[in-house]
Amino acid sequence: MTHEADQPIEWLRCDAPASDVVITSRVRLARNFAGFPFTGRADTSERAQILRIAQSQILDADLAPKVMWVDITELSDTERRVLVERHLISSNHAEGDQPRAVAVSSPDERLAIMVNEEDHLRIQVIRAGLDLTDAFEQANTADDKIESRADFAFSPRFGYLTACPTNVGTGLRVSAMLHLPALRLTGDLEKVKRAAKGMNLAVRGFFGEGSEAAGDLYQISNQTTLGRSEREILQQFEQVVVPRIMEFERSARLTLAQKRPYFFEDQIFRALAILRSARLMKIEEAMTLLGVVRLGIVSSLINDVPLATLHNLILNVQTAHLQRTHKRNMSQRERRIERAALIRNALKEPNHG
Amino acid sequence: MSHQCDRCGKPATVHEVTVHAGEKVERNLCQECAREEGLVAGPHAPINELITKFVMSHGAAAKKQSAQSPRAKPCPVCGITLAQFKQSGLLGCPSCYTSFADALAPLIERMQQGATHHSGKTPRRAGATVDRHERIALLRRQLHDAIQAEQYERAASLRDQIIQTGEPVAPSSDTPDPQNACGGDDGREAP
Ligand SMILES: [Zn+2]
Ligand SMILES: [Zn+2]
Repeated sequence: MTHEADQPIEWLRCDAPASDVVITSRVRLARNFAGFPFTGRADTSERAQILRIAQSQILDADLAPKVMWVDITELSDTERRVLVERHLISSNHAEGDQPRAVAVSSPDERLAIMVNEEDHLRIQVIRAGLDLTDAFEQANTADDKIESRADFAFSPRFGYLTACPTNVGTGLRVSAMLHLPALRLTGDLEKVKRAAKGMNLAVRGFFGEGSEAAGDLYQISNQTTLGRSEREILQQFEQVVVPRIMEFERSARLTLAQKRPYFFEDQIFRALAILRSARLMKIEEAMTLLGVVRLGIVSSLINDVPLATLHNLILNVQTAHLQRTHKRNMSQRERRIERAALIRNALKEPNHG
Repeated sequence: MSHQCDRCGKPATVHEVTVHAGEKVERNLCQECAREEGLVAGPHAPINELITKFVMSHGAAAKKQSAQSPRAKPCPVCGITLAQFKQSGLLGCPSCYTSFADALAPLIERMQQGATHHSGKTPRRAGATVDRHERIALLRRQLHDAIQAEQYERAASLRDQIIQTGEPVAPSSDTPDPQNACGGDDGREAP
């Protein structure tokens, strides 16, 4: 593993479009090689064969200046969790000893290709802020380059064939990670979630399917992959769906600031004060408070904490990152102590460089 | 419209309508009981969320005669059965899409908000091997449908796709009947 916490990882950038609400945009293409069963049905030797084919094709395809191939079966549990916390692989992909890998563009981590997940290839590209078009271009180019050396399972009627029919057609999933703290504070979050489901979107927490929303972060994504072209799916999502939800959050922030300024500022400075003082910090509490402080920063109420510091904390307070920093497994109590110390140190007054 | 589970009395989330010998039987089940009866997929969330209401033409009766039922015939390429797919939510191989075409088509249509056909990227290599006429005939049929439905944006994008193939937008007399376009979908699939 060559990850370093202070590398310029794409999703920690802070200068991105619409980043007051949109943390990241993500695009994923599901692909399978023709002539093999889908991963779940493939035996160990078939999976090993798929892995070898994918490895040579991905590494020869010149997808990025530097592409790192990570054989997940060779990693420790903590290293696997680090990949999950960085959103490079799914939790499912971290489990088990069957042949599986992920290819990651380094050091930006914009491109990550999971091999032998539910589908043979899951080509994922991430961008900070709202920038799905650019993310799609990179994913599409990677797909073209790999496809020029491989036969993908495809039918004219159903498009790209995937293990689960919910992905069939374009195999394209577009998603955005949104920061919606004001909607929680005004109590309008459920209304917006219902509206999102009405627009046929999936709404999930920070860590994907079934996870709770940590730090008021929500992932929304398209549900249908068949019948519309990639451009149509993208356009609808980027120009209609996300802006609509963004507007809900922005108007909730405005309402709070104008109609309940003391409550609004109290929430924000109280969160900052706790983070600057606490000696024991659970992960859930840390994420919630960091989310509220982020709201204070993008609302220009907190001016002595750079957004980059905050984004780095969101990553480094996670359990596996914490253990990796300290190079050992820690008990829950130790983690709470070290997490609180890490946060206090990063948010120390006066501001460090 | 809040039903209780027929088996245990908890709130029902799965409503199954079985048509058997022309008779409609409705059952309401909670998630756990539905899972035990194999009606919803277990660990795979998306399909689990999607298949909460469906019509099956085979039902409890068909289960008993499963061994002989044509529905129970496994995919000849990978060997999974339709029942296994319904359990896991996952198909076994690309050929499953043709092996289970009859059962899958309506399911996909429901999952995909009424969409039945791909409209989007085609792999370049597949473009060369998949029957080119079929592909163009399909695009033309989709274009026709889009114009009928007054979906002009979609129509424009389909027209562009046809132009990109180098073929005329309107069919000439020697192109195959567009009716055949959906016949064989196995162009790209495993041998
Ligand atoms: Zn029940
Ligand atoms: Zn099969």
